[in-house]
Amino acid sequence: MDFNFNEEQSLIQGQVSQFIQRDYDWEKRQELSNSERGFSDENWKQFAELGWLGISISEEAGGFGGSSLDTMIIMEEFGKGLVVEPFLETIVLSASILDDAGSKQQKDEILNKVIEGNLQLATAFSEPQSRFNLEDIVTTATKQDDSYLINGFKSVVMNGPAADSFIISVRTSGSQSDKEGITLFLLDSKQNGVSKRDYATVDGRKACELTLEDVSVSSASIIGKEGGGLDLLQNAINRAILAVSAEAVGAMEVLYKTTVEYTKTREQFGQAIGKFQVLQHRMVDMFMEYEQAKSLLYMATIKHSEGAKDADKAIAGLKYHIGKAGKFIGQQSVQLHGGMGVTEELNVGHYFKRLTTIGTIFGNSDYHLVKYSKL
Amino acid sequence: MDLNFSEEDISFQSEVRDFLTNEYPDDIKEKQDKRIPLKKEEVIRWQKLLASKGWFAINWPKEYGGTDWSPTKKYILQNELASANAPVLIPFGVNMCGPVIYSFGTEEQKKEHLDKILNSDVWWCQGYSEPGSGSDLASLQTKAEKVDDKYIVNGTKTWTTMAQHADWIFCLVRTETSDIKQEGISFLLIDMKSPGIEVKPIITIDGSHEVNMVYFDNVEVPTKNLIGEEGQGWNIAKFLLMHERSGIAGIAALKRELSRLKEISATIENGNGVLFDDLDFRKKIEATEIELTATEFTELRTLSAMSSGGAPGAESSILKIKGTELQQTISELFIEMLGYYAHPFFEEDKIGTNETVGPDYAAPGMPHYLNYRKVSIYGGSNEIQRNVISKAILGL
Repeated sequence: MDFNFNEEQSLIQGQVSQFIQRDYDWEKRQELSNSERGFSDENWKQFAELGWLGISISEEAGGFGGSSLDTMIIMEEFGKGLVVEPFLETIVLSASILDDAGSKQQKDEILNKVIEGNLQLATAFSEPQSRFNLEDIVTTATKQDDSYLINGFKSVVMNGPAADSFIISVRTSGSQSDKEGITLFLLDSKQNGVSKRDYATVDGRKACELTLEDVSVSSASIIGKEGGGLDLLQNAINRAILAVSAEAVGAMEVLYKTTVEYTKTREQFGQAIGKFQVLQHRMVDMFMEYEQAKSLLYMATIKHSEGAKDADKAIAGLKYHIGKAGKFIGQQSVQLHGGMGVTEELNVGHYFKRLTTIGTIFGNSDYHLVKYSKL
Repeated sequence: MDLNFSEEDISFQSEVRDFLTNEYPDDIKEKQDKRIPLKKEEVIRWQKLLASKGWFAINWPKEYGGTDWSPTKKYILQNELASANAPVLIPFGVNMCGPVIYSFGTEEQKKEHLDKILNSDVWWCQGYSEPGSGSDLASLQTKAEKVDDKYIVNGTKTWTTMAQHADWIFCLVRTETSDIKQEGISFLLIDMKSPGIEVKPIITIDGSHEVNMVYFDNVEVPTKNLIGEEGQGWNIAKFLLMHERSGIAGIAALKRELSRLKEISATIENGNGVLFDDLDFRKKIEATEIELTATEFTELRTLSAMSSGGAPGAESSILKIKGTELQQTISELFIEMLGYYAHPFFEEDKIGTNETVGPDYAAPGMPHYLNYRKVSIYGGSNEIQRNVISKAILGL
C-alpha cells in the first residue's frame, strides 16, 4: 500500500504547480478567460514543450504512454489555478478516443499535431433532449454508397469554439435510445454543413451549439467500427470524469484553505470570525468533504489505471461524491466570505462556479448514484 | 382554529385578481414572465399603478396614505401579486425609510418625504453595511461631525442596492465615539446629489450590477435631516430590521417558482420519460413543497398572533432562515433541471432575446442561482438569525 507519487510523478506535479504559481496568477487567468479565444495559445505551446499534452497518449501514437494517474496529477494542479486551457476537452476526452480506436491515418493526421500543441479538439456528445444519457442520440448519419450524410444538432459542446476538429456521436442505425447503432465520426470544423454558435459558459470557459446539415463524409471519418461508438465514448467519458474530478479536488482545496485563512483575518464582534464555533464546524465539514473526495479520486484513478473490474463503479461513486462535495464546499465558501463571496472580483465565486458546472458535466450526482447502484 | 378566509376577504381576493387580469401592463408582464430584469421606469410605472389603487403603502397608517387593513387583507394582496409574478416593490422607500420617517420623524420631515415615497417620485437606498461592518453592524465607522447647522459625513458604505438609481440614501452614521458601540449611532437622510458622494458599482458573480460602494468625502448634510435624536440610530435600525424581516419568507413567490419548476420539468425528456417523473428529482421537489407548506403555516401563525395584537419578534428570524433556504433550494433545483443548458452564460441584456441558446427558460436560471447565494447573507446572515433565535427564544 502506497499513496505516494513516484519520482517521475512528483516531478510532473512540481512542474505544473510551478507553472500555476509563476505564470498563472489570478489576474492573468481572468484576462485569458475574458479574451475572445478564452485561453492562451502560448500557454498551450508551453504545455506541449513540457510534454504534458502527450503524457497520456500511447507511445505508438507519439505520446509518453502514461496512465490516468499522470492525468490526475496535472488536472489536480490545474484545478488549483482554475486553468482555462482546454486540456480536459482536447487531450483527455478527445485525443484519447483517437488513440484508442483511430485509424493510422487519423492518428497521423491528428495526434501528432495535438501533441505538438497545434490542434484543438472537442467531443460533441450531448443533444438538447439527451440530458446525461450518452445513448440518447437523434443526430443521424445516412449511408450513401461509400459516404455518409450527417444531419442533427449537438448542444453545449465544450471547447467547441476553438476546436479544429470534432468527434461527434451519431446514430447510424436503431432508434433514439438504443445502445447499438452509435458511431463516432471525426469532422473538420470547416467542413461544409458544419455551423457553430459560440458562447461563453458560466465557469469562464467556452462552448458552442453545433448544427450539422447534410455534412458529407467518407467511411474513413469513422472512428473505430460503425456501430461501435458507445463503448468508445463511455470509456473516454470515464477518463474525463477522473480528470474533471481531479480538477474539482484541486479547486476544493483552494476554496477550503482560502476560507480558513479569510476567517482568521476577518473580524466581527471584536474577534476573528474563525473563532466562532458554528463556523469552525462548518469549515471542518468542508475539509472532511475535500479529504473524502481526494480518497475516492485516488481509489478510482488507481483502479482505472490498473484496469480493475470494478473501476467503472468506482468512477460513478467518485462523480456522485464530487457533485455533492463540490456543491457544499462551493456554497459554504461563498457563505463564509459573506458579501465578498458573491462578488465577481474575488476568486472564490469563480471556483464555486467551476465546481457547479463540474457537478453537472458528464452526469450529476443523482445520475451517477443510479449508475453506481446498477453496476 | 380556522383556515378559511371570510367572505369579505374572498371578495377582496377576486378584486385583486380582476385587477391583475385587466390592468397589469402587458409589456411588464411579458418581461416578468421571461425573467428579464425590469428597467427603473417600469418599476416606477408599476408602483404608481398600485399607489393609484391605494395598494402600495399598505403597511403605513391611514393618516399617512396607508391602510387600516387587517393582516389577512394585506396578506391576500401580497399573495395575489406574487402568485401572478408581479414586480417586487423596491422596499427602501416604502417598506423601510417611510415607516422610519412616520414613526420617528418631525412634521417637516414627514411633509418633505412621505408623499414622494408614496408616489415613487423619489428613490431611496440604504446606507448600513460598511467594509468592516457586516454582521457586526454596530461597529460601523462612517462619521458625522456636527459643525454649526451641518453634519460633515466621511466614510464608506457597501452592498448598497440600487445606489446607482437612488435620489436619497438613509444612513447609519457615528455621531459620537463611545465604549458601547451601539451608542453614538444616528440615523441620517442624505441627498445623493450632495457634493462629495461617489458611487462605484460592485459586480456580483451572476454578472449583474445591483450593489455598490458609496463613498462619502466631507459630505455636508443639514442637521434637519437627522431622524429622531442623536444617538437614537441603533434603536431605529432595530425597528427597521424588524420591518424588513416580516414578510421576508415570500411564500407566494416560492409557491409560484415551485409550480414553475414542476411544469417545466414535466416537459424535459429524461431517458424514456420526463424529468418530473424521475424519482430522485421528484422526491426533492416534494420535500421542498412540504418544507414550504410548513413555512407558510409558520408565517400564518405569526400573522395570526399579530392580528391578536402581538408584534413580530424573533419569530421573523425563523421566516428569514426558512424563506431564504427555500429560495436557494428552488433555484438550485432549477439549474439541476436544466442540466447542460445551465452552463451557457449571457449578459443580462441578452436574456429574453434570440441571442441565447437552449430553451427560453434556461438563460436566467444560472444567474438566478448564483445571485441567490446572497439571500442567506443579507439582511442579517442566517448564522446571525440563528444567534437571534437561540438568544431571544431559547434563552441560551
